[in-house]
Amino acid sequence: MELILDIFTGICFFIGSLSIIIGACGLIKLPDVFSRIHAAGMIDTGGTAFFILGMIFQTGWSLITVKLILIGVFIFFTSPVTSHVTANLARQKNILPLGKKIGKIL
Amino acid sequence: MKSLILFFILITLWLLMSGHYSVLIISLGIFSCAFCVYVAKRGKLIDDEGLPIFFIPRLLNYLIWLFKEILKSNLSTAKVIINGKVEPETFTVKASQVTDVAKVIYANSITLTPGTVTTKMQKDIFEVHALNSDFGNDVRTNEMDNKVTWLEGKK
Repeated sequence: MELILDIFTGICFFIGSLSIIIGACGLIKLPDVFSRIHAAGMIDTGGTAFFILGMIFQTGWSLITVKLILIGVFIFFTSPVTSHVTANLARQKNILPLGKKIGKIL
Repeated sequence: MKSLILFFILITLWLLMSGHYSVLIISLGIFSCAFCVYVAKRGKLIDDEGLPIFFIPRLLNYLIWLFKEILKSNLSTAKVIINGKVEPETFTVKASQVTDVAKVIYANSITLTPGTVTTKMQKDIFEVHALNSDFGNDVRTNEMDNKVTWLEGKK
C-alpha cells in the first residue's frame, strides 16, 4: 500500500515538475507580455495542482490534508487575479498585443 | 440568516486550521468569528456579492467541468510552447450574466484556463487574448459563458 502511494506521488511530482519546466521555457521563449502570461498561468494551475495532489497522497487523511487543499483553493482564486492585473496594466500602458485582432478592441 | 451562515463558515475554518481543541482556544475562536461577523454586518458587506451562497448547489458540477477544461488546455499550451507555433489573437466576447459575481467568475475562469487571458473589461464586454486560434475558438463558442450563466441560475 505504501509503495503504491509512493508511486502515485512520484507520478504526480513528475507531471508537476514537467509542466513547471515547460512553463519556465515558455516564459523565456514566447514573444510578448501577453503570451508569456499564458506560460505563467500554466505554472500556476498545472504545476501547483499536481504538486499538491502528490503531497495529499503522502499525508493521508489528517488536518494537514485540509490545509493543503486550502492552499490549493487560495492559489486557485488568486492566480487569475494576478494574471489579469498584469495583462490589464500592460493594456493601460497602451501596449498592444502581437498577432491579429478580430473585430473592434476595447 | 446570512450572518449566521458566515459565522458557521468562519468557525469551521478556524477549527480546521487550528487543530487545538481546548476550551480557551475554541472560545477565543468563537469570540473572534463573532467580532468579524459584527464588523462585516456593520459595513453592510453581507449581501449576494459579499457572500455568494446562491450558486453553491451547482458549484461542484461546474468545478469538475472547469478542472477538466484546465487539464485539457494545459496539455495544448505545453504543445504550443514546445512546437513554437504561436499565433496570438485578440478579440471581444459578450458575457450574458446578470450579477457582478458571475461576471467575475466568468472572467476568472477564462484567465484560469491556460491559453486565454481576459485583458480588459467594460460592463459586459470582455477583451480576450488567446495564444492560438484553437484557444480562441474555445471561448468564442460560448460554452463556458453558458455554463457560468447556468451556475448563476438567475435566468
